[in-house]
Amino acid sequence: MCTTCGCSKGAGTVITDPVTGERIETQAEGESSAAREPGSWRQLATGPAGASVAAHLHARAHRHAHEAHVHEHHNAQTPAALNHPKHPGAEHSPASLSEVAIAAATHGTTIALEQDVLAKNQLLAEHNRGWLASRHITALNLVSSPGAGKTTLLERTIRDLRDLHSARTIQVIEGDQATLNDAERIRATGCRVVQINTGTGCHLDAGMVSRALAQLDPPPQSWLMIENVGNLVCPALFDLGEQAKVVILSVTEGEDKPLKYPHMFRASRLMLLNKIDLLPHLRFDVERCIAYARQVNPSMEVLQVSAETGAGMTAWYAWLEAAALLEVAETVR
Amino acid sequence: MHELSIANSVVELCAERAMGARVLRVTLEIGRLSAVMPDAIRFCFDVCAKDTVVEGAALEIVETPGLARCLDCGGSVDMTDLLEQCACGSVNLELLAGSELKIKQMEVV
Repeated sequence: MCTTCGCSKGAGTVITDPVTGERIETQAEGESSAAREPGSWRQLATGPAGASVAAHLHARAHRHAHEAHVHEHHNAQTPAALNHPKHPGAEHSPASLSEVAIAAATHGTTIALEQDVLAKNQLLAEHNRGWLASRHITALNLVSSPGAGKTTLLERTIRDLRDLHSARTIQVIEGDQATLNDAERIRATGCRVVQINTGTGCHLDAGMVSRALAQLDPPPQSWLMIENVGNLVCPALFDLGEQAKVVILSVTEGEDKPLKYPHMFRASRLMLLNKIDLLPHLRFDVERCIAYARQVNPSMEVLQVSAETGAGMTAWYAWLEAAALLEVAETVR
Repeated sequence: MHELSIANSVVELCAERAMGARVLRVTLEIGRLSAVMPDAIRFCFDVCAKDTVVEGAALEIVETPGLARCLDCGGSVDMTDLLEQCACGSVNLELLAGSELKIKQMEVV
């Protein structure tokens, strides 16, 4: 909620660096076209105790005034009869004048737009992709329902790859509606992380990631893991500029999730079937789940892992290395 | 609900292109496979349009059917959802239409 006027259009996005406490706040998503333009978001109070207040740009008040002006202008101009008040024709009676005015006001000019609604997000996503490619950074968009184990998987991946002396480091962008909890967990592994809090938003978009990238400033030749908001619906539509989406499905969920949420499974390159250490306690048909996933996405790659015990994680690390090599190969080409 | 941010984008784009004129009607094209619910867009549109030049505009939604080409037999498949199969039994389908999400046109005064 806006603390200036109390309007509740929805909380804006907040991006926080848990180490420095630096916070960047934006308006509620879509509140104004200016929200996505560089310079319209502002760096506010810094420091760990930097509680800050975002001032709204009440752009709509201006549009309102504009509307009234144009409307008046148009009505005065349109009916030609207004210019000849002495003409004796019946059609020029005061009654028909107002009819003309109504007709003018209700039959406007049609403007063909043919504009893709998500074009703006797509453009920002391509911008992110180019920036990441120029630094040879392999970016993955991790998506799942809440509680599938994305953060636990990341924690283990970061620690294991460090122990394996991987040449590449991992940087993380965390997405949640609220709290810095996940960023704190990632930070405890010693990894660089920024947290995006979407407020009322149910997904990350390319603009948020672009601002988070500016704050995170990941080094060249690294992996960027973007942990999306836990949601199997909305994040499927918003390209962030990643190389691939990785969908995490835990075996404590239904095996028919790929059929229930086909858009997400179709958009993903890899499915990580997580929590397989719990299989002995569950009625979960792994083969059927994989068949469902390939029904909506025949080229889906599948790995079975347990982020808790470490089972199957070696194959995931090999997949990550291969993705990084692919990134380099694509950039060279 | 991503429909809210999509409705917001539609209002923003229309307001931008209207350049101050009042918008009377907006025509959207939403594909059956786009993962966007027309009813949810209708619901959000009026809320998002409030206090903009788009306020009060009629929203017209044209739904386009889904169509795919089978990559195994080459046949065309009508898609009512993403779980359709080709008559040959293949699920190896290339989407040709149905994922559109476009502002076709708008009427202004």
